Amino acid sequence: MTVHQISIFVENKSGTLVKVLDLFKEAGIQLIASTISDTVEYGIFRVICSEPMKAKEVLDAAGVSSSIADVFAVTLENYPGTAADAISFLSRAGIGISYLYSFMLSGKGILIFRTDDPAGTADVIRRQGMSVLDDDSLLSLV
Amino acid sequence: MGDTSFLHPQFEALSRTEIEALQTERLHNTLLQCMKSPFYRKRFEENRLSPEDIRTPDDLVKIPFTTKQDLRDNYPFGLSTVGLDEVVRLHSSSGTTGKPTVILHTRRDLDQWADAVARCLYMVGLRPGDIFQNTSGYGMFTGGLGFQYGAERLGLLTVPAAAGNTRRQIKFIMDFGTTAIHAIPSYAGRLFEVMEEMGIDPRKDTRLRTMVIGAEPHSEEQRRRIEDMLGVKAYNSFGMSEMCGPGVAFECREQNGMHIWEDYYIVEIVDPVTLEPVPEGEVGELVLTTINREAMPLLRYRTRDLTRILPGECPCGRHHKRLDRMKGRSDDMMILKGVNIFPIQIETVLMQFPELGNEYLIILTNEDANDKMTVEVELKEFHDDYPRLQALTREIARQLKDEILITPEVRLMPKGSIPTSEGKAVRVKDLRKTLI
Repeated sequence: MTVHQISIFVENKSGTLVKVLDLFKEAGIQLIASTISDTVEYGIFRVICSEPMKAKEVLDAAGVSSSIADVFAVTLENYPGTAADAISFLSRAGIGISYLYSFMLSGKGILIFRTDDPAGTADVIRRQGMSVLDDDSLLSLV
Repeated sequence: MGDTSFLHPQFEALSRTEIEALQTERLHNTLLQCMKSPFYRKRFEENRLSPEDIRTPDDLVKIPFTTKQDLRDNYPFGLSTVGLDEVVRLHSSSGTTGKPTVILHTRRDLDQWADAVARCLYMVGLRPGDIFQNTSGYGMFTGGLGFQYGAERLGLLTVPAAAGNTRRQIKFIMDFGTTAIHAIPSYAGRLFEVMEEMGIDPRKDTRLRTMVIGAEPHSEEQRRRIEDMLGVKAYNSFGMSEMCGPGVAFECREQNGMHIWEDYYIVEIVDPVTLEPVPEGEVGELVLTTINREAMPLLRYRTRDLTRILPGECPCGRHHKRLDRMKGRSDDMMILKGVNIFPIQIETVLMQFPELGNEYLIILTNEDANDKMTVEVELKEFHDDYPRLQALTREIARQLKDEILITPEVRLMPKGSIPTSEGKAVRVKDLRKTLI
């Protein structure tokens, strides 16, 4: 019910992002979506890509700190209000969102998020009949 | 009684009374020797002193200190007590902070130095048959030749691997069956990293069991990590080129303080500011007088190293005083908001967190006359869990506050972003501007 996201711990310094992207390029890994959280203390570069496990291996070999996280990828119909509805189901169940980002793929809106209660989130998704992606179904949209 | 097998029982097994008697005799000879050097003759004249005024080690306080600046001012041969035809070796410091300094050795000096190092290595259990790999730089750096001659004197198969090229070092360890290695503490971590990359488990795949670490102040926690990583017993070594090099003080198998060889040196611990002796057992600057040297004896030399004499008897049976691990240097002490802080205090706190790696950097800045400390430290394993990262950061800051009384900003850093420096690790970056 989840997709694999790579979270990369990057130094807040010019050139570090390029280094990571070059590693992906050399390994032939395609970026599908990414976001950078730029808190003062830590730079975390979160990436959804074509081959997350391979990406992790490539980063490990290059000595880049990273971890794999399971995140939810919900698909939404492309009209106003769908995101608000999806998130309100979670908040009504008392589930907090740690981070969220969204993008469009093949005409569909996709919300990527992580919550403080993965089991509860899965429950809400099932009950509400929300449409979620896994690694394979996400890749098939690319 | 513990370890009673001494290499030099005639010196190592002396009682306190016997040590003091030997020191009095050797000090007398040293003072006579010093009068042959232009530097000390002048200094004694200026202070209206003669060797007869110094009857026992307690009288040493009458003599002014010798400093590194004195060595610089009299570069290269001003402190020599013998003709250059009797000098067989010269070591020179790099002179990174000014004019270089020079230390001269006669044949007897080298002989005595090798004996001291051999005594240290024997004390930690090394015997002929052991294979000793020395990763010190050779050449002017005394850790190279000093250990080489000492280990050979003891009869160890001694591999002068010298510094750098970690993969080659590991190849030597594997091919020669190295059982003992000398390295600076920060290099031990590097050896382990590369062994891991090469798929070598030091505990299973090598014969390493003894490590000699020195030259860089390090904490007890760091020693334990090195021992765990490499599966060795790691012994702390203290030396400095002004006192020959390695072999000045060394841990015995108790691993509780470094015996300083009092048949070679008279030890004083003084307050680095007032220069008065500190009470027994308190931390101060180590001051050494050489009493077993010909070419260039030094009287009351200020080492700038901060340590203390450990009280009590050592179970190993040696009565030579024990120095505590170095607390840093009297000149790398940081003063922040009026508080004296040593990098080793910060390191000790950081090493208690299993989440953290070995590399850290202390950055000092000031804004509006307010000193600020930032501690950057490597995170060993990264998990994308913001609340946990924040909690860890806060806990590190809290424990540092307990230790150093001010609250630093703590920054967790990705692996590899803090450069491992070759040689002595640079841990403090002082970016404070003079505001007046």
